[in-house]
Amino acid sequence: MTESLAITKFSDLANPTRFLALAARLLPWMAGLCCLLFAIGLYLAFTTEGDYQQGDTVRIMYIHVPAAWLSMMCYSVMALSAIGTLVWRHPLADVSHKAAAPLGAAFTLIALITGSLWGKPMWGTWWVWDARLTSVFILFLMYLGIIALNRAMDDPSKAARVSAVLILIGFVNIPIIKFSVDWWNTLHQPASVIRMDGPTIDGEFLRPLLIMAIAYTLLFFTLHMMAMRNEIWRRRIATQRRMAARTASREV
Amino acid sequence: MIDLLLRDLKLSVRAGGGALIGVLFFMTVVAVIPFGVGPDLNLLSRIGPAIIWIGALLAALLGLDRLFQTDRDDGSLDLMLMQEQPLVLTVLIKCLSHWLANILPLVIASPLLGLFMNMNEVAIGAVMITLLVGSPALAFIGAVGAAVAVTLPRGGLLVSILVLPLTIPVLIFGVSASYAAVEDPAPFLPPFLILVAITMFFSVIGPLGAALALRNAGD
Repeated sequence: MTESLAITKFSDLANPTRFLALAARLLPWMAGLCCLLFAIGLYLAFTTEGDYQQGDTVRIMYIHVPAAWLSMMCYSVMALSAIGTLVWRHPLADVSHKAAAPLGAAFTLIALITGSLWGKPMWGTWWVWDARLTSVFILFLMYLGIIALNRAMDDPSKAARVSAVLILIGFVNIPIIKFSVDWWNTLHQPASVIRMDGPTIDGEFLRPLLIMAIAYTLLFFTLHMMAMRNEIWRRRIATQRRMAARTASREV
Repeated sequence: MIDLLLRDLKLSVRAGGGALIGVLFFMTVVAVIPFGVGPDLNLLSRIGPAIIWIGALLAALLGLDRLFQTDRDDGSLDLMLMQEQPLVLTVLIKCLSHWLANILPLVIASPLLGLFMNMNEVAIGAVMITLLVGSPALAFIGAVGAAVAVTLPRGGLLVSILVLPLTIPVLIFGVSASYAAVEDPAPFLPPFLILVAITMFFSVIGPLGAALALRNAGD
């Protein structure tokens, strides 16, 4: 039985037991690496020089920007899982996009709150109805809508398929968020790290930012894997409860 | 297909005046606004196009949850799923009949409300044309929401929550085109053409997504 648990193909992950074994082996390493990177990133974030204009408030960037990236990446992961659900009927894909939705909502909320805190000293207001802020806020609402839809249905596999359709339709919003700052001239600054002609941001800020971005990404995947593991366990418990109830009713 | 269109139209017209309720809701929403912001005619004429668009958007959401639910209850949805014609076409026809029965009356009623809002003739015409062009997109997007929530016992509120964020691009370009017609420096055509593009885009994606969801939501 131990040999058959080895994972050679991606489709082998469809077996939840194999996935659980893999998760148990990977999770401590991922969590440890994540903590280490966060320690380095936060240390750098607080020791590097402040901006000559923005002063110390520029440090909010190290929290805000990676969270905003992750909020979009999480939706992309969900969209990929949704394709997995609808095209290959991959059972783990169902679990994956269900587990990712609350995480994405959390990252989006972090990005919105830190952005608001950063906006108060820089722009003089907590909130403006600018293109990017509005579209990120809509992304947040969409995450909540997907969570609500998932909660509203009893049958998990049907809920997964139906919300997969919704996720794919909502994916239209992601390019709108990405390019909103280029299309409409608004208050939020355009992309300064990922662009064709190299980053326009100084190396002093770039190093902690990149380390924080990697740390955030690892955090997402660690939490995602944990959430998927919990979801699989939850489904097993539900099945066992149902079986127990059935046998109990038969005995009576 | 024509039969299906006629059947749906008849059903929605005869079943308790669904279209009239939509128009009534639309008028009520718009009539409530002056109570909220005060009867300042200049202000009303300035925000008028936006108010009418928002009212139409909300009223278009009203009948959405019934789009597939009634067919599911009487079993005709199963027939539609099993017939040889592609389900996407059926959904497209259902969207069209929903638009004709429930949303077109809103477009027709909008000039009257424009008068209430003290808008001039150009603004009224612009709002009506943008509504005419943009509102099919609302029906197509709404079909996805209705199909996703078709098995839920009380999906009405959920449909609105799911659909509203997706309709925001329609609202943005509809309102900006209406304003562009009134205010001189802004050109009318670019936002209007984007609105047309959005409607065409969703006329493809909407029925596809709704058909996919209906197939998967079947028991």
